[in-house]
Amino acid sequence: MTLARPARPWDRTPVADREYFDILGPGLVAVLPPRKPEETAASGWQPPTGGAWIHVGSDGRIRAFTGKAEVGQGTRTALQIVVADELRVPHDRVEVVMADTDVCPWDMGTFGSRSMPDASRALGTVAAGARETLVSLAAARLGTPGVELEAVEGDVRSRDGRGRVEYQDLVRDQNRVATVAPDASRSPRARPVSLGRPAAADSAAADVVTGRRAFVSDLRRPGMLHGTVLHPPTYGAHLTALDLSSVHDRPGVTVVREGDFVGLAASSPPEARAAMAEVRATWQEVPQPGEREIESHLRTHPLEGDAWDQDQKILGDAEAALARSQVTMQATYRTAYVAHVPLETHCALAEWDGPRVTVWIGTQTPFRTREAVAAGLKIPVEDVRVVVPPTGSGFGGKHGGELATAAARLARATERPVRVAFNREEEFRYAYFRPMSVIDVRAGGDRDGRLAAWVFHNVNGGSAALLPPYRVPNQRVDNELSRSPLPQGSYRALAATTNNFARETAIDEFAHLTGVDPFALRLMNLDDDRLVAVLRRAVEKSGWSGRIRSSGKGHGLAVGLEKNSRVATIAEVSVDAQRRVRVDRLVTAFEAGAIVNPPNLRSQVEGAVVMGLGGALFEAVRFAAGVVQNARLSQYRVPRFSDLPKVEVELMDRPDLPPSGAGETPMIAVAPAIGNAIFDATGCRLRTLPLVPSGRVPETEVP
Amino acid sequence: MTLGEVSLKVNGQDHGLSLERERSLLAVIRTELGLTGTKYGCGEGECGSCTVLLDGEPVRSCQVPVGDVGTREVTTVEGLAKNGVLNPVQQAFADLGAFQCGFCTPGMVVRATALLQNNPQPSEVEIRQALEGNLCRCCGYVGILGAVRRASELAAEGRRDRS
Repeated sequence: MTLARPARPWDRTPVADREYFDILGPGLVAVLPPRKPEETAASGWQPPTGGAWIHVGSDGRIRAFTGKAEVGQGTRTALQIVVADELRVPHDRVEVVMADTDVCPWDMGTFGSRSMPDASRALGTVAAGARETLVSLAAARLGTPGVELEAVEGDVRSRDGRGRVEYQDLVRDQNRVATVAPDASRSPRARPVSLGRPAAADSAAADVVTGRRAFVSDLRRPGMLHGTVLHPPTYGAHLTALDLSSVHDRPGVTVVREGDFVGLAASSPPEARAAMAEVRATWQEVPQPGEREIESHLRTHPLEGDAWDQDQKILGDAEAALARSQVTMQATYRTAYVAHVPLETHCALAEWDGPRVTVWIGTQTPFRTREAVAAGLKIPVEDVRVVVPPTGSGFGGKHGGELATAAARLARATERPVRVAFNREEEFRYAYFRPMSVIDVRAGGDRDGRLAAWVFHNVNGGSAALLPPYRVPNQRVDNELSRSPLPQGSYRALAATTNNFARETAIDEFAHLTGVDPFALRLMNLDDDRLVAVLRRAVEKSGWSGRIRSSGKGHGLAVGLEKNSRVATIAEVSVDAQRRVRVDRLVTAFEAGAIVNPPNLRSQVEGAVVMGLGGALFEAVRFAAGVVQNARLSQYRVPRFSDLPKVEVELMDRPDLPPSGAGETPMIAVAPAIGNAIFDATGCRLRTLPLVPSGRVPETEVP
Repeated sequence: MTLGEVSLKVNGQDHGLSLERERSLLAVIRTELGLTGTKYGCGEGECGSCTVLLDGEPVRSCQVPVGDVGTREVTTVEGLAKNGVLNPVQQAFADLGAFQCGFCTPGMVVRATALLQNNPQPSEVEIRQALEGNLCRCCGYVGILGAVRRASELAAEGRRDRS
């Protein structure tokens, strides 16, 4: 249910002016201000989350508000657990309100594995502050010092058992706002986590299995029209002329042209598409590199100016150390453009009420989308509300709000609610991809396997997990971004996957040259106890006993450190007489600090591993002359049941550490582990993702 | 496209509709009947999100022209629970939380329901084969496999209780 609309978005309204109690009912609101209150949404730089608030109602309801979006990661349930544990109430007493820009705290976006580190800290802190306020209210009510009281199961009770008062009685008929200090004391984990047992069931599970859960694409409004957007025939093409005469005659069709935007609305999706087919557009196309030229294109077209995603490290003298090294290796690794393929395609629905618009959209960046809609339609940000309903997955592919702006424009022109949804082909062509990358690596060390030199340069892949977790005294590591001919953007663990693929394959190549076991070589060079712990656990669980080097079977190993989480994956593969590859088993050990919701964490790791398998083996966007060649699910292969190996997951709990991100890191060791296993089985070293797009290992080594 | 009269029996209810007989059953279920539990994923029968039953047989409703349904009874995910009681597949998916975003779940549940009707105790290989045409992008299939196994057990317990 969408809550009633405040006069202005609460994140842009002083706390004292927010209509918390008109909209949520009487009770207590605890507010954690943004970490730097002077840096509000109106000024440039912002902290990643704009604080948090919680409402404890006189009706007994507890609602916690965060700007993070739930697109299937299970964050809602994890945050529910965090809040309920701090407030000492059963999990199902807490409702988490997410990603509604009118009533939720400002948030940068749901990406970079920040939901648990940021939102769980903010909501945990504000919940602890709310509990302290409730205890002090009870102290006044009962005439008992606060230190003699404790919060238990939704009550405040005196430790001697004589006094007891329920939360809702403490806040009855009050309109009380309490400001929580950012250092409000969090309690140690209130309930021990039992691995393998659900901490909280998804209360909406019954809606999911009966089809009642209404996803973005399921929403309908009275009088709703269907919109569609004109897209260029090839990437980079510019519209030079537009003839709308045939469309103007079609009854019930409204065309909107504003700047580069051309869209239309009609009574049904087929009507809209048929009308769009009548639009005569003339385009100025620009030459586009094909797959053969793409690598040299990326190498020679650096992105200038806005190079935000860059990192580098220079340590010692890598060139001199390479020259001195007893063993050296050099190789170039490549990763293809990959599509996210969320099962629900992009969809937005916009509806106006006077000068104000509400857009329901499946996006990972609702606040950025709000600003984009306001800028696109030239209206105040305060007049735009963006709400993220249940969304059929994202994986980093649902940033931004192009369809939100399109739907809002069409709805304004028609004075009717308008829904715009991509079909699958549009999803492939007009969303964006994980960047292609090219990575040059040189490594050197001694015959015992000790690394001395590391030179690593990534073109267009991004900077995440660029730096090695290995102790190497001489390093030169950097990355550059390119002007990509294909649209590229965020993707689950995007740069970490490509950087880790290159690094962990190179380490395996170095190990092979020295003759040292890849496990022993990593232990010798790793500099991180937590990473060593997951590696040991994976080795123990898988029964790794070194390379097997038997014909047709191979084992491979890889580790990864990213977003403060650690992973180790061991792959077992078979390669048959026709050189067809089958991944038989993937053992993954994973550690992301304190575990909040074990079954969901396990599901996240399993899902990441299988998604990693697709990118490792066969996923690639094929393109020529600025056009995607495989823009259908029958042509772009994603993992199916028949691809599923035996997936084993070992979760390691570190209750002494805060939870770190878990949705991305578990996939980054999959591709190198599989590639290393294929090398073990065949002696063929594969250095390009996907490793086996045809399903078969080539006869000769790929340089 | 030409308009025609189409009679459809969906989840036990009769509907008389005037529409293009070439329109997909999926579009008619979602748009005309408002049964949005059945999902659009690809429009070419590759993802299984739109799976419904025709006289108990699973079909991709995006590939079925509504005019071809004839007298066969359509069962969608909304029609699986009887009197508010989840069927064993739904119960198992809910109990084990065998989904993340849940968008593929209706198609998975419908397809697995059809499997267990024909084969109450499928092997792992048979489960994988039956669900090969249903894509899940989130949870890596492992949980779904476990849920179908659990559903098979729940159904067996249900049969024992009734006998």
